[in-house]
Amino acid sequence: MMRIYLPRDATTLALGGEALAAAIQAEAAKRGVAVTLIRNGSRGLFWLEPLVEIETPQGRLGFGPTQVEDVPGLFGPDLARHPKALGLVDQIPFLARQTRLTFARCGLTDPLSLADYEAHGGFKGLARAREIGPAAVCAQITASGLRGRGGAGFPTGVKLETVRKAEADHKYIVCNADEGDSGTFADRLLIEADPFCLIEGMAIAGQAVGAARGYVYLRSEYPQAIETLRAAIALAERAGQLPGFSLEVRVGAGAYVCGEETALLDSLEGKRGMVRAKPPIPALHGLFGRPTVVNNVLSLATLPFIMAEGAEAYASFGTGRSRGTMPVQLAGNVRHGGLFETAFGITLGELVEEIGGGTASGRALRAVQAGGPLGAYFAPHQFGTVYDYEAFAAQGGLIGHGGLVLFDDRVNMARMARFAMAFCAHESCGKCTPCRLGSIRGAEVLDKIIRGERRAENAALLEDLCETMKFGSLCALGGFTPYPVMSALKLFPEDFGLTPHAAALA
Amino acid sequence: MNQSTPPQDWDPSLVDDIVARHKGTEGPLLPILHDLQAALGFISEDAMHLVAQALNVTRADVYGVVSFYHDFRTAPPARHVLKICRAEACQAMGGEAHAEALLARLGLGWGEATADGRLTVEPVYCLGLCACGPNAMLDGAPRARLSEAGLDALVREALA
Repeated sequence: MMRIYLPRDATTLALGGEALAAAIQAEAAKRGVAVTLIRNGSRGLFWLEPLVEIETPQGRLGFGPTQVEDVPGLFGPDLARHPKALGLVDQIPFLARQTRLTFARCGLTDPLSLADYEAHGGFKGLARAREIGPAAVCAQITASGLRGRGGAGFPTGVKLETVRKAEADHKYIVCNADEGDSGTFADRLLIEADPFCLIEGMAIAGQAVGAARGYVYLRSEYPQAIETLRAAIALAERAGQLPGFSLEVRVGAGAYVCGEETALLDSLEGKRGMVRAKPPIPALHGLFGRPTVVNNVLSLATLPFIMAEGAEAYASFGTGRSRGTMPVQLAGNVRHGGLFETAFGITLGELVEEIGGGTASGRALRAVQAGGPLGAYFAPHQFGTVYDYEAFAAQGGLIGHGGLVLFDDRVNMARMARFAMAFCAHESCGKCTPCRLGSIRGAEVLDKIIRGERRAENAALLEDLCETMKFGSLCALGGFTPYPVMSALKLFPEDFGLTPHAAALA
Repeated sequence: MNQSTPPQDWDPSLVDDIVARHKGTEGPLLPILHDLQAALGFISEDAMHLVAQALNVTRADVYGVVSFYHDFRTAPPARHVLKICRAEACQAMGGEAHAEALLARLGLGWGEATADGRLTVEPVYCLGLCACGPNAMLDGAPRARLSEAGLDALVREALA
């Protein structure tokens, strides 16, 4: 029996995965070879997708990116000479250099096989959480140093402890899977490759704070993830893995701002996704006014590792106050795009140049946007910046949800700055004026600069507007949009028709 | 939403059935609206009225929610919906130029439908395929690494 792996995730689907699966089955039938085709999750080596793997006594051999015409060669005679042969997948440098804690099972297993999940250490963390009790679970998570991976970087253990201590008739666990940042796909990858890991993480959080109900708010742009997670929840419930905890997937409706936790809660309640003023914090007054843990997919999916292996095992990775690992997502114009989980402490340059391999176009790498549409641009002279929360903040940047979008030398940074303002205007919930109106005026001022109208004066006006948005907005949408705008202006003044001196004065 | 299954004809009892399915749940409005749109292709004023009555909220409340979210439509869409990603990672791969060229050839603006009602082209901000751009989604099925020719082929497929 020949065992072949082909991912079932959205990326593979988008690259013709179903036709490939059919071709593999047809070729096997033609040759009379018995084949088990396992639809695994993606390993996250997206430039190699569709990545076909064949199990051998030495390990799993990879072939990619595979097209239908490459299929006959997968049946021999000489696999090593196949034009798409990659050797042992585990030894591909992009994978071998990673520290996979949260994503350890992704791509190895069948995402909807509970047996696979348990054979790879699944549900050990939840069992331990039940054994040691809520207070000890919160203490462990605090000791691990885990910080919110959605973007804000707030200590997860502190949040859980706050909800644990709150008194209420019931409490909620809400998973933020509204992964709207361009250049990020870690939530999608995890849900499509290892959904039980998220489910276990949410059950651990429920155990830690005494919550019996959880919601996953998943964006509508991810139909495959919705389907996979719903199927996984049904399997876990049927197998009796979630006693005393019920879990439901709720689908977003295309509003970026619902990735902000309070807008997300309003959306879950069936309202417009309007940002709430804080305080009160969701930990005390969250969904339907009850104490609520709101955490990103990656934070929750890291809890099983911490509980199973211990806080020290997690905290032993990383640097300074950035403990553990971050699933960095290399995207945009990148040669080796994909998910690279690594301990904090690597440099930005190592990530984009060595691991990412520079641009896909082969042209000069000009700018990197870190942390999504609300994150600052970085220029090559800043590539020595260490990838951790504090070092990025010192550069006016953002780790955010871990996205890095690469641009080659054809990018026009004035257009990118205008896009940031226009995107903010498109997605603003409208509650606060600096965001609702500031973003529209910002795009207009940028239009004037691009047209060449009184550039220096308008650049000064833009900076003033950005200050107002930064300090006057209710949430990060209006508050952080100035970062890509101002970093583009300061780093690439020539794209705005300005001299470096004029840009510095702005 | 998958447009390949034709929308059902308007029937008030359909709204009742959908509302009944969700009424006991917490915060049922978004799931109801998603199901309505999946069944009917859009959310009509009549449907909003019935949902408001059933949930004992005002029509303004329901309209406010429908109009807030980019996904919800208040008019029937074309038979096929092509969503093209306009976010940064796809821009970095030249996606915006491909999209603009396509719209110019079809004589459409963003969000508009062809005169024969066969194709609507809408913007989308990220499909989570950002290492394989430029990307799009045709009737709910994702497509990645779309060259200009690839995007054209996708449109021909939809219009065939």
